[in-house]
Formats: sequence, structure tokens, C-alpha cells
Amino acid sequence: MNSHDVVIVGSGLAGLRAAMELVGHLDVAVVTKVYPSRSHSGAAQGGVAASLGNVDDDSVEAHIYDTVKGADYLGDQDSIEILCGDAPRTIYEMEHLGCAFSRTEENKINQRAFGGHSAQRACFSADRTGHALLHTLFEQSYKQRGKLQIYSEWHMNRLIVEDGVCRGVVVMDIRTSKLEVLQAKAVLFASGGYGQAFKITSNAAANTGDGIVAAYRAGVPLQDMEFVQFHPTGLYQHGILLTEGARGEGGYLINEDGDRFMSKYAPSKMELGPRDIVSRSEQTEINEGRGAGPNKDYVLLDLRHLGRAKIMERLPQVFHLAQDFIGVDCIEKPVPIQPTAHYSMGGIPADNDCQVYLDDKGAHVTGFFAAGECSCISVHGANRLGTNSLLEALVFGRRAGKKMLDVVPGLQLAPVDEERELAAARREIDELYAGDGTEDISVIREELKQTMTLQAGVYRDASRMEPAQTKLDQLRKRFAKVCVKDQGKSFNFNLLEALELSNMLEYSELIVDGGLARQESRGAHFRTDYPTRDDENWMKHTMAFRTEDGGHELRYKPVKVTRFEPEERKY
Amino acid sequence: MASSKVTFRIQRFDPEKDEAPRDQDFQLELEPGITILKALNKIQAELDPTLALRYSCGSAICGSCAMKVNGHARLVCKTQVSDCVKDGVLRVGPMGNLRVLKDLVVDMEPFWDSLDKVKPYLAPDPAQAAPEKERLQSPEEFLRIDPSTTCILCGACYSDCNVLEVDKSFVGPASLAKAHRFIFDSRDAETTERLRKISEKTGVWDCTHCGECSTRCPTEAKPLERIEEIRVKAMTEGHHGNAGARHVLGFRETVGRRGLLDENYLPARSVGFFNIPGLLSIIPVGLRMMKRRKNPPLRPHSIDKVDEVKKTFARFEELRK
Ligand SMILES: Cc1cc2nc3c(=O)[nH]c(=O)nc-3n(C[C@H](O)[C@H](O)[C@H](O)COP(=O)(O)OP(=O)(O)OC[C@H]3O[C@@H](n4cnc5c(N)ncnc54)[C@H](O)[C@@H]3O)c2cc1C
Ligand code: SF4
Ligand code: SF4
Ligand code: FES
Repeated sequence: MNSHDVVIVGSGLAGLRAAMELVGHLDVAVVTKVYPSRSHSGAAQGGVAASLGNVDDDSVEAHIYDTVKGADYLGDQDSIEILCGDAPRTIYEMEHLGCAFSRTEENKINQRAFGGHSAQRACFSADRTGHALLHTLFEQSYKQRGKLQIYSEWHMNRLIVEDGVCRGVVVMDIRTSKLEVLQAKAVLFASGGYGQAFKITSNAAANTGDGIVAAYRAGVPLQDMEFVQFHPTGLYQHGILLTEGARGEGGYLINEDGDRFMSKYAPSKMELGPRDIVSRSEQTEINEGRGAGPNKDYVLLDLRHLGRAKIMERLPQVFHLAQDFIGVDCIEKPVPIQPTAHYSMGGIPADNDCQVYLDDKGAHVTGFFAAGECSCISVHGANRLGTNSLLEALVFGRRAGKKMLDVVPGLQLAPVDEERELAAARREIDELYAGDGTEDISVIREELKQTMTLQAGVYRDASRMEPAQTKLDQLRKRFAKVCVKDQGKSFNFNLLEALELSNMLEYSELIVDGGLARQESRGAHFRTDYPTRDDENWMKHTMAFRTEDGGHELRYKPVKVTRFEPEERKY
Repeated sequence: MASSKVTFRIQRFDPEKDEAPRDQDFQLELEPGITILKALNKIQAELDPTLALRYSCGSAICGSCAMKVNGHARLVCKTQVSDCVKDGVLRVGPMGNLRVLKDLVVDMEPFWDSLDKVKPYLAPDPAQAAPEKERLQSPEEFLRIDPSTTCILCGACYSDCNVLEVDKSFVGPASLAKAHRFIFDSRDAETTERLRKISEKTGVWDCTHCGECSTRCPTEAKPLERIEEIRVKAMTEGHHGNAGARHVLGFRETVGRRGLLDENYLPARSVGFFNIPGLLSIIPVGLRMMKRRKNPPLRPHSIDKVDEVKKTFARFEELRK
């Protein structure tokens, strides 16, 4: 059994930033199922928020207010104050580490407009901001070569928590399928989001909520899982994201008749209204028959008036994605788009130092931390503002690191029953080979994704979600019959897919049940049968606890309000 | 549009069963507009779940899915099947220059290690404390490193590099693009040291300018262009490399094997690094080309009189012996 002071699961911005804080001080290892530079953080395009005020007047205060309002008052305001207050320092730090940012004429970091932000606040590197940030941290990891152990292409299967104390993880070497226990004084999950459960999604194949479910199965509750953000500009049928920067730079959204329909839904912000509102507006246009195309099932992103030069300088990736994936030249033609599942607001509940909660009363799991998209701290509440999540991953990744530096020297390696843990992980795998094979992994995955997109997507109501509940239940039963066909030991992706699907089935129930229970509309969660926000009954976080029988129980905990009392969210 | 039938000829290798890689054919009925990655996923889902390949983002940004399509490295997530089918067949194999571990999965470690050779992180002046805010950098200075920062470390260039094929100690195109990213970063203080190091053996002067890397590169990183820029800067700072003989060999290699001549190679002579003056005088074709065009295009292309050049090199080889 190997041991480390700290094991970090995930090598996106949150994981690598935390590692940077620890390396050289503690024995730290990073476990990641894809190579670090492949982490999904690299896919982020538009920008990272900080009130630098390089382009127009801005303040931390304004950033906080925008975030609180954007979150539809479900964000914890003390955490949001930390996020926004630490943003400028975070950006300067990344710049000092070498991140290449686009620049203003005054040679400062350039900033662009982004939905829901009242100032030009998004610092960017062309339209590859996440890529630039992730590669900067990946480059820094070379500086630490030899000191930082990275288990690349290792899959975390289980989290070990006993008596409220985190003891390590069970991991599998993807190259050999060998299971191992990594014992640790502290474990940080920075394992990313859960958007893969949807058919139309901008999320990488790796975003299957593994960390979230491992924590949940180890007895940790999950918070606000029903809140999933749908991004307005997914490439039609592919779901691939076209950055919001496209609208930030002045792109229009038009329907079949060429009308800029946002004038009806968010007259002051137009295309730059917050994502939830824009996504729903698109869906309404489509549902009411004003969609474009032969099936009238998409709307259009029109960049033509920006001209070739601006498109190629500021939005080269948008140009290439439209060209390569659906063969549309966006300089000449508007691009077909539809809402796409994009960001997971819910996740592992943690405090401002990323220490994970064990219950709804404020008790912690000793030695267990969570940061980045897998966590729910909650800075995004019911709806994340674009550019706040890269920021969150960096700010809270660092905070997790700092806190661990503080507490880990005082912790012992807690005993682990290695045999038992390995046997449990082995059993989970064996079960996937034990089915009679009358059901198929890819069929179940496809049905799950369809169900989630159609019945728990942009618009929800009881008449869609109740059948979804039944459907998920059936899918879980059917899943027991699948039999992994690949018997091999090396790069057995068939097995990994099965493990991931098992995770998706588990957390999808929480999205649907949490959403069905929440009889209101707030942020990204919109119910046509309860179309308004209900602060009196629902200004609270959902906490889902796993029960012995594999089911769950929903409890609730209050939102932290510091200075902004809820008001109506109008744009 | 109607769907069409395509044969995917995929190189398979199971380390637990196979002694050597083998080809396997899969017939697929495909809708138009499908990417190769989606087609491979379809094969996994419907025909053979043991097929191993790496992918994640599905949108050409994570760099996971480079593999050979019809013999050349590409990102399969952004490549349309229809662009690659030849006579109903599309061949897929693992990247080159890296050991195959299973099917389309190769051992990336040598690739990651190669980056380490170019000190792949910003080295600001240690004597100068970082400013309170950002370091200033002009939009033009940003644009200079913009292309090299687009590299997604997919390895496609590494896979198809001709020099790496014969000399694994070569630092490789991706590392050179990475080196460029710092050499040309106005915030980096080690430009001179970087240029000196990269001019050593196995560095920037070992590239034969075959151009494969830039042709294969799915981003704007285009290693050969970056190599060119590094060389010019290195030369102006007096780092010529001591690789004259290696150049000759590299050049011969390129022309001899591929029938390609890269014009970019030639102007360098006038700056003096190409230190076998006698050589050029026996390449009449090359000289004529050089005279004809002042700004050669950045892609290598076939020489019409390949045979003539090949003969010349054969003679040169004899003289050498
Ligand atoms: C297309 C797209 C564009 C976006 N654009 C923006 C933007 O412009 N601005 C913004 O602020 N945000 C944006 N976001 C959101 C933002 O990118 C993410 O929220 C953020 O990068 C998450 O970072 P992370 O470090 O938490 O996780 P990730 O970067 O997702 O990393 C997760 C890590 O966990 C590892 N992992 C997961 N499961 C396992 C397992 N079982 N075993 C081992 N390792 C595991 C993975 O290997 C990976 O390294 C965008 C998101 C998408 C999908
Ligand atoms: S141009 Fe140079 S680096 Fe690029 S593939 Fe050819 S030899 Fe390799
Ligand atoms: S330079 Fe281009 S081909 Fe080479 S690794 Fe980078 S992106 Fe891939
Ligand atoms: S899957 Fe990410 S680059 Fe192709």
C-alpha cells in the first residue's frame, strides 16, 4: 500500500493549483484519469472573471453583487465575497506564472463583456482562456518534476471514509487494471463536473461525476444537484460549446425570421443576458415554432456583421469549430445552435476552506477536501455566471492547498484495511461482469442521456420529471444485467465506461428527484408548473443523503446571506 | 443524403494476446457529416467493445485523440469520415514514433519527457520582483507567442516527424514549439540561455525542415514555422549550432526519401550556418529555385527533377566516402 501526505484526485485547474501550493512542503500526489493537460479546464474558452478595471470601471463590490444576483440568491454570500475579493490577485498570479493573456492598447490584460456581469470583467486569452490557464499550471508542474508525483491515467474508484475520517482512495492503473490503495492524511477531490448525463452536452467524456459519486457512496451528502446550467450556444446536435465570447464580441441570436428575439426576453442586456434566461428564450423560440432549419429545432448565432478580421482575431476557435464540425463558415453564414448542458452547480458540499461537510449541521469529514466544479461551496448558487468557474477552481484550489498545509502536519495516516478496500473495489468491478449480458452499456447510456436532456433539461415540470424518475429506476435495474465484454487488463475502456455509467445513473436520480422536490423556478432550474421563485419556502440548499438501500433522503440547509437581500432578478 | 458504407481498417494490438499489430476490418453504415471519432465510438458500441482509443473533449482542444488516418496523424474528433474515405476504405492506426500499448493507444511518456528538455515554463528575471499587478506586454508581443501557445500537446507532429523516426534523441517539433513560446515571450529573461541550449545537438538545428509537423498540426502552433523563427533569432544572436554535417545528412534524407525539397532551407546558407559551401553548387535545381523566389512558401513541395537531385546526392555520398 502506497501512502502520501496528500492525494489530489483531478488535474484540472483546481487540482493543479492546489498541488502547487503543497509541493515542496508535503508529499503530494495527483491522480488523474486523463493526462493533466487533457483535463476539461482546458476546454474553457471565454474568460476568467476579475474586477481589474482595465477596460472600464469595475469593483469587487460590483462583481459580488452580479454573482449573488446571477446565482438567483442561492449562492452563499460569504463564499462569493471570497471568490470575487481574491479574483484580481489570482489573475495577476497566473500572469506572473506566464499565462499569455490578450492585451489592451495600454499593454494590460484585456477584458471583455460576459453575460450577467455589469462590467467588462472577463480576462481572456483569445478564445482559449482555459487552455492558456491549464497549460500554464501544467508547465509549472515541470518545474516541480521529481517532487510532484502524478499518477496519470489512473482511475479513482473509491473514497475511503470511516468514522468521519478520510483515509485514502482506491485507484486503478488504467494501463494494467491493477487496483491499489493510496493511503493519505488528506484527500482533495478536484474531479470536475457531471454534465455527461445529458445527450446534448458541452462536457468532455471524462465529466461523469466520478468524484461526486465516490464521495456520496462513502457517506457524504451531495448539495444542490438539481442545478445544471444549460449554455445557450451549443453547436447544433454536437453540443460543442461556442464561447459566450461570441456574443460578448457582439454576436446576435436570431430566429428563423432573422429577429433578434432576445429583445422580447431581456431587453436591456439582449444577447448578454444570463445563460439560463438566454437558453430558455431559445427553447421558447424553438418550442413556439420559430426555430430554423428543416425541423425548426435550432436557432442561429449570427457573427457576420463582426467581419472576418474580428472573427479571426478574437474568435478563431468558434470559426474552426463551426467549420470543422458542421461545415459552416461563420463569416458568411449564421451558425445553427441549441442549448447544451454545460455546468454543474451542485456537488460535494464544502466550507470556504474546501473542507467537506458530513451533514447538514456543519460537521466535517476529517481530512477530506473538495474544490472546483465537483464542489458546492456554493459560489454559483442556482446559476453560475460565465467566467466565474475558472476563477473558482483557481481561488479555491489554492485555498484548499493552504488549508491542507495548515492541518495535514497535525494529522496521522489513519489505518486502512487494505484487503477489505481492495475487495470492495474488486466486487464493484466483478458485478459489472456478472450480468447476463441481456442489456447493453451503450444502449442504457443513450437512453439515460435522452431522458435527462428531454425531461430534466432547460424546461422541467412534474409531468416530465415523474416519468423520468420511473425511467431512471428502470435503467438502474437494467444496468444490473449488463456484462462488460472486454475481459482484458490493458486500457479496458469498456470497463471504465461501465463504471462511469454506474456513476451517471446514481447522480442523475438526484438531479431529477431534487428538481421534482423543488417546487419553484430558480436560476437554471425552471419549472413550467412553478414558474416563479419562492424565497419563503425554497431559498435553501438541497442536501441528498444516501440511504442504506441505495436510495436517498433529501434534507435542506439555509443559504448564507451577508449583505444582499433577495430581489427580483431582471435583466 | 443517404448513408454510406465504409470499411474501417483499424490496426489492432492486444498486448495480452498479440505478438505484433494486425489489421482488422469493420464495416459501418454511416450518416453523412459524422466525425471519425464518432464512427470509432460506434464501432466500440456496436461491433467491438474492446477497441481501445483515447479521447475526451470531442472538440479538438484536449489533445487526446491524435492517431493515424490513412497513414498521417490527425485529431479524429475533428476529422470528417467523408474527407478521408478512399475507395470505400478508411485506415486508422496509432501514432508513430511512440510505442503501441494497445490498439490506438501509444506510450506518451517519451513525448512528455521531451518537453522537459526545453525548460517548459516561464523564467522571469529573478532579480526583479514581480509587479503588484500584471506585467505589461503589448498586444504585438502577445501576438508573437499566440501561435505557439495554441499547442494542445496532441503529439501529431511528434508522430510524423521524419527526424524522430531515425533519431529518438531529437527534441521534437512540439518541444520546439514550446521553446518558441518562451524564447519569444517578452516576459522571459532567459532568451539567450534558451537559444544557446536549443542550438546544441538534438535541438533546433537537427530538424530537416521536412514540414510534416506543420502539415499535421491541428492548431496554429505549426512547429516548422516556429523552428524557422527560432533559427533566425538564434543566428542573429550567433548560435549557429555545430551541426553542419548533420544538416547535409538531414537534407539528403529529406530529398532522398521523399522527393521533397524545402526551399526554406536554402536561404539560410547566405547567413553562413550552412557550412559546406561546396554542397549547394552541386544542387542546381535548388539554386535555381532559390533565385526564382525571394520568399519561399512555408510548405515543402515536390521537386520536379527529383531524380536529378537524388543522383547528385548519390554522387555526394560517394565523394564523402
Ligand atoms: C466547453 C466549456 C467551456 C467553458 N468555458 C468556461 C469559461 O469561459 N469560463 C469559466 O470560468 N468556466 C468555463 N467552463 C467551466 C470550467 O471550465 C470548469 O468549471 C472548470 O474548468 C472545472 O475545473 P476543475 O479543475 O474543477 O475540473 P476539470 O478541469 O474538469 O478536471 C477534472 C479532473 O478530474 C479528473 N478525474 C475525474 N474523475 C476521475 C477519476 N475517477 N479518477 C481520476 N481522475 C478523475 C480528470 O482527469 C481531470 O483531471 C467551461 C466549461 C466547458 C465545458
Ligand atoms: S520539419 Fe523538422 S521538426 Fe518538423 S517534422 Fe520535419 S524534421 Fe521534424
Ligand atoms: S505542435 Fe501542433 S501537432 Fe504538435 S503537439 Fe502541438 S498542437 Fe499537436
Ligand atoms: S477528443 Fe479532445 S482533441 Fe479530440
